[in-house]
Amino acid sequence: MMRFSTLLKHPADWMTGAAEGSGVVLTSRVRLARNLRREPFPGWSTKERRVAVLKRVKPEVEALPEMKNGFSQELDGLTSLQKQVLVERHLISREQAARGEGSAAIVNRKQALCLMINEEDHLRMQSIRPGLALSEAYELVSSVDAQLESSLDFAFDHELGYLSACPTNLGTGMRASAMLHLPGLVLSDQIAQVLQAVGKLQLAVRGFFGEGTESLGNLFQISNQSTLGESEETIIRRLERVIEQVTSHERNARLKLFEDDADMVFDRVGRAYGTLRHAHVIASKEALNLLSLLRLGAELDFFPSETGGTCDSLLMEIQPAHLQLHSGKKLTPEKRDAIRAEIIRTRLQSLEPPVMKEQQAGEEWTPPSDTIVDS
Amino acid sequence: MQCNFCDKKATVFLTQLVDGEMKKMCLCEECAEEKGVTDPAGFSLADSVMGEVQGSGQSEIAAGPGEGIPCPVCGFTFGKFQQVGRLGCSECYTTFSDEISRRLGGMHKGVVHVGRVPEGLVEAHARQQRLDQLRNRLEQAIAAENYEEAAGLRDEIHEVETSVVTQP
Repeated sequence: MMRFSTLLKHPADWMTGAAEGSGVVLTSRVRLARNLRREPFPGWSTKERRVAVLKRVKPEVEALPEMKNGFSQELDGLTSLQKQVLVERHLISREQAARGEGSAAIVNRKQALCLMINEEDHLRMQSIRPGLALSEAYELVSSVDAQLESSLDFAFDHELGYLSACPTNLGTGMRASAMLHLPGLVLSDQIAQVLQAVGKLQLAVRGFFGEGTESLGNLFQISNQSTLGESEETIIRRLERVIEQVTSHERNARLKLFEDDADMVFDRVGRAYGTLRHAHVIASKEALNLLSLLRLGAELDFFPSETGGTCDSLLMEIQPAHLQLHSGKKLTPEKRDAIRAEIIRTRLQSLEPPVMKEQQAGEEWTPPSDTIVDS
Repeated sequence: MQCNFCDKKATVFLTQLVDGEMKKMCLCEECAEEKGVTDPAGFSLADSVMGEVQGSGQSEIAAGPGEGIPCPVCGFTFGKFQQVGRLGCSECYTTFSDEISRRLGGMHKGVVHVGRVPEGLVEAHARQQRLDQLRNRLEQAIAAENYEEAAGLRDEIHEVETSVVTQP
């Protein structure tokens, strides 16, 4: 089995933007919630029963061929810092990080699959892939589901489908989501309009960092809200169609910004470059927003193409628990900001200043269609 | 203002409803992080700061008055569901089926599951859905005083009910 240190040393393809096709859509994720029949859900169970469920489920998960040489860890064997690092990498949820005895996380070698035992439900299985790949992610997690259901008695009702601790997950028990980088729509003030249209289709949108509607780093997550009354395939198809439309709105917004005021775009990216390259104290919020502009610059070809991946890695590396792990000690907020700046400077030290190519400013802009429709 | 847990200056202020009671807290940055209060999902809060309110098991199974009849499998009550928004076990969906089905309408696209079915239940699931459908039509036929159709539907239901399901 894989050790914690090994897991940390080798971030997954979807964390570092190393994979092809991660432009506007950074990652796609599908999770399934499953529970054992007539067994109290983790939130209402006793410690003894939770441990019994863990003993029942964990060996089955570890025995999956997909989990060969993977990482398997009971939560009470991790320090709070280690748990926080796993949360920052999206390998476990915040809810699970708050748990201890009787809870475990199992991650496959590639970190494309993570299963949580005794989170809100007895079993949460998720698959994460780079770019827009919801179907691929679903197939991966669905095959794991099919293998486990032969040995575990999952609670299922003919009318309500898979039974979950919270009724908002009934039916398929599936939550599919994608993380989108939308600086064009934010800079052109179209974001509220687009997100409102998406919200009307019973899809949930939220800022990826930060709470509520506030979004840091122009990152947004779109996911299905309803899990009952539609098949997995229907939900995923609808979500993919909407995400494709948002993506094309984003691309159009970028072209339009460029056409209207190329100097403004270049100025914003250039200033972000200057600050990130030379800052010695930088708060998380400022860093996330500037990295977003740098990432935009990379996608507009102001920087070499691998710069986007560097930005994605930095998004992860500059979060509080990662900073603390990096420095090996507890940090005050002031010290944290200094180390954050240092890591960014080091990572970007060989990055050349942005270059705007002549023909870019003259690219054709096609007006976007007015609304997002669920056709 | 001073942190409730140490002598430092409080920078995190928190108000939460726990069992209908308002709890206020002031914490410094360090204590807030240590106790998981800065966690936006807020799930760890109850566990780490205010004592484990959920899952303490036996003590809560003795449900107070006004919480309704407890689930025979896990002892959970519908009153508890209204507080925490989650159920006690899979059997709770049968125990509290009326209350839950009343709440499902606005929550999801539909009220009947469409999609994946565990392999061993595929046949039983199809049969059950067919029966539900026929019974609905029977009810409508009776309401419309269409007794000829109702008699036909009754026979059909009987036929499906007595057909043998091959167990895997």
